[in-house]
Order: sequence, then C-alpha cells, then structure tokens
Amino acid sequence: MIKHLLSAGDLDAATAAQIHDTAEEMATVAGREVKKLPTLRGRTVVNLFYEDSTRTRTSFEVAAKRLSADVVNFSAKGSSVEKGESLKDTAWTLQAMGADAVVIRHPASGAPHRLTRWVHGSVLNAGDGTHEHPTQALLDTFTMRSRLGKVAGLNVAIVGDVLHSRVARSNALLLHTLGAKVTLVGPPTLVTPAFANLTPDVSVSYDFDSVLADADVVMMLRVQKERMNAAFFPSQHEYYRRYGLDAARLRRMPDHAIVMHPGPMNRGVEIAPEVADSPRSTIVEQVANGVSVRMACLYLLLGGRP
Amino acid sequence: MAYKTILSDADINRILDRIAHQILEKTQGAGDVVLFGVATRGVPLAQRLAERIQAFEQVKLPVGTLDITLYRDDLGRHSTRAVGRTEVPSGGIDGRIVVLVDDVLFSGRTVRAALDALSDLGRPAAVQLAVLVDRGHRQLPIRADYVGKNIPTSLTEQVKVLLREVDGVDEVRLEDGK
Repeated sequence: MIKHLLSAGDLDAATAAQIHDTAEEMATVAGREVKKLPTLRGRTVVNLFYEDSTRTRTSFEVAAKRLSADVVNFSAKGSSVEKGESLKDTAWTLQAMGADAVVIRHPASGAPHRLTRWVHGSVLNAGDGTHEHPTQALLDTFTMRSRLGKVAGLNVAIVGDVLHSRVARSNALLLHTLGAKVTLVGPPTLVTPAFANLTPDVSVSYDFDSVLADADVVMMLRVQKERMNAAFFPSQHEYYRRYGLDAARLRRMPDHAIVMHPGPMNRGVEIAPEVADSPRSTIVEQVANGVSVRMACLYLLLGGRP
Repeated sequence: MAYKTILSDADINRILDRIAHQILEKTQGAGDVVLFGVATRGVPLAQRLAERIQAFEQVKLPVGTLDITLYRDDLGRHSTRAVGRTEVPSGGIDGRIVVLVDDVLFSGRTVRAALDALSDLGRPAAVQLAVLVDRGHRQLPIRADYVGKNIPTSLTEQVKVLLREVDGVDEVRLEDGK
C-alpha cells in the first residue's frame, strides 16, 4: 500500500479497487448500533485546513473517529498560521506532537507534496489549490460503482468550472485509470482546449445538450461565486441556460443515468432544485460514501506497521 | 514441506456430525442459535454445521460471517491487511446464542478479537465457541465449547486446515516447522 495519498493519478486500478472494497465494509459500520471500530486506537490524525471546508473536514473527522483515532483539528484561522508561521514550521510542530497522519487542505497546489518531506507520518491531500482532491474522486467512483455496478465503460460528463476544479482533475485521472470515458463540458473559458491532453482518452465539449443522451453519469461542478465577476461567462442566467442541469435536460439523459455533485451546490445556478432532489441525484449518498471511503483510506494508510 | 495427515475427509465429516449434535444437545434444540463463521475457513464450517443441524432436526439456523481484521491486536506489527466481509443475519444477534465457528484454536487472540467484534454488533445472550482443531498454546484465558480434535503440537509446527469450498479438498495436516 502507498504511504501518502496525494494524487488520484498515483493510484493504479488495483489500489483503487482495494480502497473501494474496504469502503464497502466500512459502510456497514454506519448501520450498526456501535458505529465504531477499535482499529486506529492510539493513532493521531491531524486535520490541517488552510481553507474553510466544513464538509470535507467533518467527513475526515467522522471517519477517523469511527476508527477510534484521536483527531486534532488545526485550522489556519485564529492559529499560529495567522501570526505568520510557515507551513514548514507548522509541519515540525505537528511532527513534534506525534501526528501519525496529516490531512491537509491548502490553497497552494502542491502543498501536500511539500509536506511529505517534513513529517514522518502519512499525508492525505484533502484538496490543494486547483490541483487535486483524490478522496473526492475515490468517493465519486465508489458512488458510481454502488449505483451502476461498475465504473469501467461508463460515459461520464463533468460539467462546469473545470478550470478551477480539483474535483474535476482528480476524477478525470481516476476515471481514466478505471476505464471510464470522460467528457469535460463547459464554456471555453472554463474548459480550455489544453484539457483535451489531461488523459489519453478525455474529450472536451462546449455543447452540454449533445452529451446528455450518451451519459451514464453527469457530474455537475459548483460555479464558484468568486469567479462570477472575472468574465469567464457573460451572466449567471446565460450560464444556467447553456450549462445548468434543469428538469428538461434530466429527461434527455438515459433512464439509468445518475446526477452527481461534490457540493456545496448552488441551486438555480448550476443545478435546478428539482434535479438536485430527484431520486436520480446521488448528492446525499456521496456525503455518506465520503465517510466510508475516507475510513478505508485512513485504514489502508495507517492500519499496518508504522 | 513435510507433513502428516491428521484428519481425512471422512474424519472431518464425522466430527462435524458430532459437533452439530452437541450444539443441538447443549442448546436444547438450537432454537435461539445463530452460527457465525470466522473468516476465512470458519465460514464454510459454519455453513456445513447449519446444513447438518437442518438435516438432523429440521431447524434452519441463521449463519453470519465475521471478519476480525479490524479488531486484531497485531495490526501495527504487519503490513496492512485486506478487510474481509462481515455479514450479520437479518434477525441480528441480540438475545440469541451465538456460536462462533473457526478452524483452529491456537493462541486465542482471534477469538478475543471476534468477541470484541460481536459486542459491537449487539448483545447476545451467550457466546459459545466451536473449533475443528484445538492445537493448544493458549495466550489468553479462552476455551472452546465444542472441539473437533485436540492435537498436541509444538510451537514450530503448523496446523493446516484444507476445506473443499476454499482449497478443493477436505484435510487437516500437521506441517513441520521451517
């Protein structure tokens, strides 16, 4: 097993399958009377978050606690980081406290990679800049596998702000490894032609309507409000008309096709409320699966000999 | 590796017949019993005991599967182990008599882990233990309620249980140490 989880691109198909299989067993814990396993007793997991993220941090926290690890939340706000401490010094501090794993979210792409040189424990990338978010890709593919029975051979459309999305990048890499076919969809300003080189078989489309009929999975990305004024598209209304998933577009997808969203979603901006709440949407499942997949990752990285 | 056969397929059949009868006797008809096979080879053994108990007294017992990997006390001493399947029968285990079924009883650590795993799944009225082979060398205060065969061993020897569901053949071997 690998020591760190930095990029979805580092995972081969066998490792991803092992994480998925383990997650399936971890999922049964959620349905039990005692939602806890003694597996990581005595291990310490540090959540080091330089960006606000309630859902990912909570998900990692719940996952670590269900495995009986001790969890320390270290957020940049109101901490030594605000007083000017560098990532390296923070890393040494965590090292001195005996962290067995560091879950890091950082606005700079590559920060988790740097961190591996400064701490002895495992590093899990919980999102770095516009680079990667591997556990999100693992939970998304896990969700596809449990809903559609497999990942290989699926047609997956990833729609929206691909340019700034680490979720899109990690998913495209992992889906390629697992044998699915990915189409990136969005306005040319947010899906630049360079994305056609992300993996050998990824394709790019600027016409959402043309990919609907063949899609097994439509994954909507959040339109990041902070991008609205940066002239990536003319108006929110026009964006919704061309790239929003509404009920009419949902009807043109095959009957078995599912709708995914990594959250947090903007209802009425990229997805219609009735689509988000429909039984075809896996948005709530993705959250539950996130805990199981992160439990699996923590177990596989920390469960063996240190 | 040099080995001698301790139990043949016929021996194993007779032993399972006997243990099935003993379970019926000791639990007064096995009405409340849930069988739990401890992965890997305890699972087919539990299945076979359930088939026999049904043949003898027409009681259909629920059979569960217990994978104890996440409850082991030596996880940190080996590279990461793959997690197997745990399945709890739909009736659950609360108030039932759980009979754990495993192939070999040795140090007792697997059973300790299995007891911990069970207590996270519910609260059985009682837990009993059935094993095909007891080879001694206990490291914990644990004993079996139903024993197929006691085999005195030295610590350097290995007891290998082969079952047709997993290995294609029914046989118990005693192998020389390295």
